Amino acid sequence: MPKTLYDKLWEEHHICELDSGESLIYIDRHFLHEVTSPQAFEGLDQKNLVPWRLGANIATPDHNVPTSRGDSFNTDNILDEISKIQVVELDKNCNKFGIKQFDIKSSNQGIVHVIGPELGYTIPGMTIVCGDSHTSTHGAFGCLAMGIGTSEVEHVLATQTLKISKLKNMQVIFDGKPKAGVSSKDIVLFMIKKIGTAGGNGHAIEFTGSYIDSISMEARMTICNMAIEAGAKVGLVAPDETTFNYVREHSFLDKDMLAEAVDYWKTLKSDEDAVYGKKVKIDVSDIKPQITWGTSPEMVIDFDEIIPSSKTPSKNSKNIELAKKYMGVEDNQKLSDLKFDKVFIGSCTNSRIEDLREAANVISGKTVSNDIIEAIVVPGSGAVKSEAESEGLDKIFTAAGFIWKDPGCSMCLGMNPDQLKPYERCASTSNRNFEGRQGNMGRTHLMSPAMAAHVAIHGKVGDLS
Amino acid sequence: MKQINPKLIYGVVATIDRDNIDTDQIIPTEYLKSIKKFGYEDYLFDGWRYLDKGKLGISSMEREKNKEFILNNSPYDSASVLLTRDNFGCGSSREHAVWALRDFGIRAVIASSFGDIFYNNCFKNGVLPITLSKNDVENLFQAFESSSSNIEIFLEKKLLKYNDSEIAFEVDNNLLERIIFGLDDVDITLRNKEAISAYEEKRMIEKPWIYKND
Ligand code: SF4
Repeated sequence: MPKTLYDKLWEEHHICELDSGESLIYIDRHFLHEVTSPQAFEGLDQKNLVPWRLGANIATPDHNVPTSRGDSFNTDNILDEISKIQVVELDKNCNKFGIKQFDIKSSNQGIVHVIGPELGYTIPGMTIVCGDSHTSTHGAFGCLAMGIGTSEVEHVLATQTLKISKLKNMQVIFDGKPKAGVSSKDIVLFMIKKIGTAGGNGHAIEFTGSYIDSISMEARMTICNMAIEAGAKVGLVAPDETTFNYVREHSFLDKDMLAEAVDYWKTLKSDEDAVYGKKVKIDVSDIKPQITWGTSPEMVIDFDEIIPSSKTPSKNSKNIELAKKYMGVEDNQKLSDLKFDKVFIGSCTNSRIEDLREAANVISGKTVSNDIIEAIVVPGSGAVKSEAESEGLDKIFTAAGFIWKDPGCSMCLGMNPDQLKPYERCASTSNRNFEGRQGNMGRTHLMSPAMAAHVAIHGKVGDLS
Repeated sequence: MKQINPKLIYGVVATIDRDNIDTDQIIPTEYLKSIKKFGYEDYLFDGWRYLDKGKLGISSMEREKNKEFILNNSPYDSASVLLTRDNFGCGSSREHAVWALRDFGIRAVIASSFGDIFYNNCFKNGVLPITLSKNDVENLFQAFESSSSNIEIFLEKKLLKYNDSEIAFEVDNNLLERIIFGLDDVDITLRNKEAISAYEEKRMIEKPWIYKND
């Protein structure tokens, strides 16, 4: 029987079938952060257990950390007492159990999904889990990677396995060459608009097609990152030369072992006549920049389109009406009619070097509009930050009036000091526009780094071509 | 404390007529700062339930409530079942969403579909997610939006009864047993200790690069 990439990864990690009919799957890599791990460590302790394989675990604090830290910062300087407790708790647990952590003072600290690949902890063919739904990001390397809940974090720590049932296979084929000004973020938002936020439920989505073949690892990560916004726990791209080159550059494996591994990684692709339960074909050459107008990532339109009306009766009219009320938008308005208050460039979707380069390109030589109260750039990791600085990108941003920050989840979610105030409208490169996600009553519009940069300069969305 | 019958869920049904209710709505980020596994009841649906902005540690009693939100009104403030629409629990993997429902007293959620990670998390915390067809969900909405009668959910029979009607539902037996018997997954898995070790030893030889930095 021909197999898909997902089938192959599943079989490779399959330990045994359980009486329950579920399978025990071996976990190669486990990432931890401060928010979803404390209760798991507590559970481990109560059962008198220790981590099964210490070296599989890598931790870093990202969700709670302030992003204006400077050099002498340490946990004591976190002003929010409750945030501090979580970060300190991660320190304590990592020290107690002996888990490798890139702590708040480390030059490699960053968003967990950004540091994994760049420090060489994410390599093709692995099973990777983390108590965070955007673990799907690592699927860009041909890894079976998915988000898990806290009970499962404890389970993985204790047993190095996950007890799960197999997902169904889905294929999304992206063909064509995108127009100027259109990035992988636009393409994944377009896909979510097309298949809906439940379109991938119960499935592992494999992204294929000539467009995927042509793009960088950074762009593939952006797409796999948002597989979860389409309902799929798992997003996948088969590893190829682009992948191997990235891994070679970021790896701690020696040459011989790498060569041996690459030979194996080349087998990690779907067989030609593999069968998928669902298939979607998307021609990327007609896609315009995509922006969300509402409170669900499927509420997406072209940047120059009119916001959907709730007056046309449809099964969605109630959801549309609620979203419009929350977002403070009206019938017949265009996205380009809206005035923005804040700009956020960052998050595990769009805080890698390529994203910052794209934004800097738009900003270079210009200044942030007077209408914008605050525009921030938050590199995804210490490594991204120093690379950007060595290229002079920080200068471009700060000269324009942006604030250049330290790594963390920042304004992707309202857990650290970077938050929206009620009713503020934000151009954001993150992945979720849920109510209150960036701060109580805040209004989020998801878009690409280039479009967010455009908003910073003009106060509004507009044409990038 | 109320004695809980693990095979029967009985009580008031609260309805929320919305698709795509994400885990950020079920419990906003602010409350994920707790390092405890219990005590989330006051923060369930925080953004919809209160008019003021809350903070971890501030109790429901001190907050300004949104009178229009169903869980603030009797008898729904003691609901044990939640009825909603499509793709409930999509978004973030936070198990806190299930803890908040559980701590509030919700023992079952009925919807036409669920987010995958949320669905999985439910069974680890004694909350039963019930997937029904859109038609059945619509019928339930009509029944429970107009009256506050009780529902009975028989776990072993996979059957729910209300007024004079009944609906059978599907759920994996093993997942169901986890709720009925409150089984702990770690203990069960560790019965396969040898199989895990054997797999691991073999993998270390065949795919040494995985272990290179251990
Ligand atoms: S950047 Fe946002 S989506 Fe990514 S891990 Fe952090 S909070 Fe989650």
